[in-house]
Amino acid sequence: MVPTSYYLILSAILFAIGTLGVLLRRNVLIIFMSVEMMLNAVNLTFVALARQFVQLNGQIFVLMVMVVAAAEVAVGLAIVMAVIRHKDTTNIEDVNLLKG
Amino acid sequence: MFLFIVFAAVAIVAAIGVVVSRRPVYSALFLLLNFATLAAMYIMLQAQFLAVAQVIVYAGAIVVLFLFVVMLIGGGELNDIRQRNLALGARLTWPRVMALILGLLLVIGLGYGIVTGQLYPTQGDATAFGLGSVEAIGQTLYTDYLLPFELTSVLLLVGMVGAVVLARND
Repeated sequence: MVPTSYYLILSAILFAIGTLGVLLRRNVLIIFMSVEMMLNAVNLTFVALARQFVQLNGQIFVLMVMVVAAAEVAVGLAIVMAVIRHKDTTNIEDVNLLKG
Repeated sequence: MFLFIVFAAVAIVAAIGVVVSRRPVYSALFLLLNFATLAAMYIMLQAQFLAVAQVIVYAGAIVVLFLFVVMLIGGGELNDIRQRNLALGARLTWPRVMALILGLLLVIGLGYGIVTGQLYPTQGDATAFGLGSVEAIGQTLYTDYLLPFELTSVLLLVGMVGAVVLARND
């Protein structure tokens, strides 16, 4: 059986890569995908700890996270489409309407 | 342990692929691979229902939604796919080579896990199958977590209405 700590380390690595993607990329779609990856890394933590403590609460929480992620993607991609229709770009540097 | 190393390596390299790919369509496909490896990990962690839900929700719905948008706005074009007389070497750009290697690794890992029985949840741990099965999840979800479960349906409704309103063309 693989120790739980290994899963936690893997999850941390995936989360860090996702964070890097959010911070470094300028394409709004790739930023969005990186956010999804971070959510998944956290899900992995929940599931690993659910096994560690032999409790189901973690897995239920992952289910909730999945629901939230699905709703988030639907709304977020609608926003992306609206921005693209409005400004014709996927580069977030060009989306600065609220900048002072 | 071998399985974990294979899946972890595939997951990490796929994650890096998401971040560094030039084209969003490659990112979306690497994301799919990442989600698939995580589903395999859920099986190793005795969360069978979540593994299935991961494949259906993430790989089936979310990535497809991403691909729809990528195809819709452009940047999803695979230029050389129509050029029939291109040499094989010219077609093998680095994302394709990576995808080939990673996909093969995933298949090998899954095959190894199935043949040796490591991906069957009842082995090794006596409490195993009770933990993440559909029965256990359903029992908890419809008793202890009934109110949050019902509230998620409201959340989904709000998300749906929001998406329709935002995407409306007027």
